[in-house]
Amino acid sequence: MVIKKTNIWPWLYIAPALLILAFFLVYPIINTFYLSFLDKGSESFIGLSNYIFAFTQKPMLIAFRNNLLWLVVFTVFTVSLGLILAVLFDRVRYEAVVKSIIFLPMAISFVGAGIIWKFVYAYRPAGSPQIGFLNAVLSKFPNFEPIGWLVNKITNNFALIFVGIWIWVGFCMVILSAAYKGIPKELLEAARVDGANELQVFWRIIIPVMKPTIAVVATTMVINVLKVFDIVYVMTNGEFGTEVVANRMYKEMFQFHNFGRASAIAVILLLVIIPVMIINIRRFREQEAIR
Amino acid sequence: MNRKITKLFSRTLLHAVIIFISFMWLMPSLGLLVSSFRTRNDVLSSGWWTVFHHLLDFNQYSIENYNQVITASGMGRAFLNSLIVTIPSTIIVIMIAAFAAYAFARMEFPGRQILFVVVVGLLVVPLQMTLIPILRIYNKLGLAGTFYGIWLAHTGYGLPFAVFLLRNFFGALPKDIFESAFLDGASHHTAFFRLALPLSIPALASLAIFQFLWVWNDLLVALIYLGGTEEVSPLTLRLSSLVNSLGQNWHLLTAAAFISMVLPLVLFFSLQRYFVRGILAGSVKG
Repeated sequence: MVIKKTNIWPWLYIAPALLILAFFLVYPIINTFYLSFLDKGSESFIGLSNYIFAFTQKPMLIAFRNNLLWLVVFTVFTVSLGLILAVLFDRVRYEAVVKSIIFLPMAISFVGAGIIWKFVYAYRPAGSPQIGFLNAVLSKFPNFEPIGWLVNKITNNFALIFVGIWIWVGFCMVILSAAYKGIPKELLEAARVDGANELQVFWRIIIPVMKPTIAVVATTMVINVLKVFDIVYVMTNGEFGTEVVANRMYKEMFQFHNFGRASAIAVILLLVIIPVMIINIRRFREQEAIR
Repeated sequence: MNRKITKLFSRTLLHAVIIFISFMWLMPSLGLLVSSFRTRNDVLSSGWWTVFHHLLDFNQYSIENYNQVITASGMGRAFLNSLIVTIPSTIIVIMIAAFAAYAFARMEFPGRQILFVVVVGLLVVPLQMTLIPILRIYNKLGLAGTFYGIWLAHTGYGLPFAVFLLRNFFGALPKDIFESAFLDGASHHTAFFRLALPLSIPALASLAIFQFLWVWNDLLVALIYLGGTEEVSPLTLRLSSLVNSLGQNWHLLTAAAFISMVLPLVLFFSLQRYFVRGILAGSVKG
């Protein structure tokens, strides 16, 4: 650089950001680690008791099971549906319109989406008019008994996960669509000329070429899904076996005022996310090396 | 001829699938909008889609639900609170992030690389990790339940993404314009205010939309640091407590939910381009 005398200025430029990051992220992370080894009121050291609680108590095990269910179903559906829609929409002239429709829920809060879908899932006993769209449509089939989607233990977790999918597919679609449009058209045409059908083009060319982008989108979805809170909080508040880890943490914190347990749960969330963090940093370093 | 028919058939199928999915995606929001204009009795006795039987019968619609939730349920106050929370939270983040991002992208200083790697790492930290220590400090300082507290908190949580996005953008600006500016005797301040910022208006717009929507739609941060008092509750918080208190009063709940969605939807439709650009820049690279 030409200017050498201004050594203090870089620090003044980043100082506000560093101070705020240190206060709101770095310090609390360290402090939460520490609190997770203390008791309810953070007064005395109790070793690993909070972690033993987290991995043995029934409500926690249910929360872990549900998070795992979210992780698998949500991630698989958002990414694959996002990819399929990106490829399909590319073939029609009204692409912009349908993309906006799929993307629209991204602008809506999880709380708003929770209310929208609670109404879709609304349940009335058989015989009375169904005001929930889902039960109303299904009632057209003979012998259908209306289902309390959010209460029924077989359906409720999937009903909640679908709300998440409804919101996030648009995000996946936008990124995957940009990557899809980046594939040279000659590559796809060449395969078609050689006699490959559309499915073969999809599996043998589109997916392998888009793999890096698919990986980025999938990791983003994994991060989102591990932190899921609002949807469950608004729609069921974790009742009927729908609790997830973040809701459990909130309850330990505000209902039971057990800050030790709440901290331990937060630490577990962070530990699960650390591999993703490492992948991200590595990917960032690779990109910097190319620059 | 046969091939033509197959092609026609597959095209029709394609359109049918696309229209079906789009319909499925739009239908829940449409149901909310329609229901918010129907009377209590109508909403409870028939599905919202029955309005399409006599769509132009305007007697079936009313704005009474909106009157009621804005005044009696406190959604008017909550709307104002959401603005009070969101606007400063958006502006402060962008200002602080822009300076830091410029330093990371264009200035030389020891530790630059490692500090930025820390920022990349912080991008994915779950908020849950920070809630208890910050809340304790807030309680001591009297910041819990105040707008100052939540502005600062949203600034902290939004910073890693903002710095990351802007730094990548500043870094991608052509080098020679900076070099020739420095040769002409420009300082870093001039380069920052006269070159980097004006050239980055699209990136700043993307970031502003992101942060605005993120804060506007946030529930968790407001729930923890603002608490439940009505004077300070933003829309999401108010709405989540109405879910409990209004229960099956769908005519009111739908109107309240729609009020919370109006501003994000307007932003979304008018600035979708920047929104998409921000997603692509922030995510493909990180």
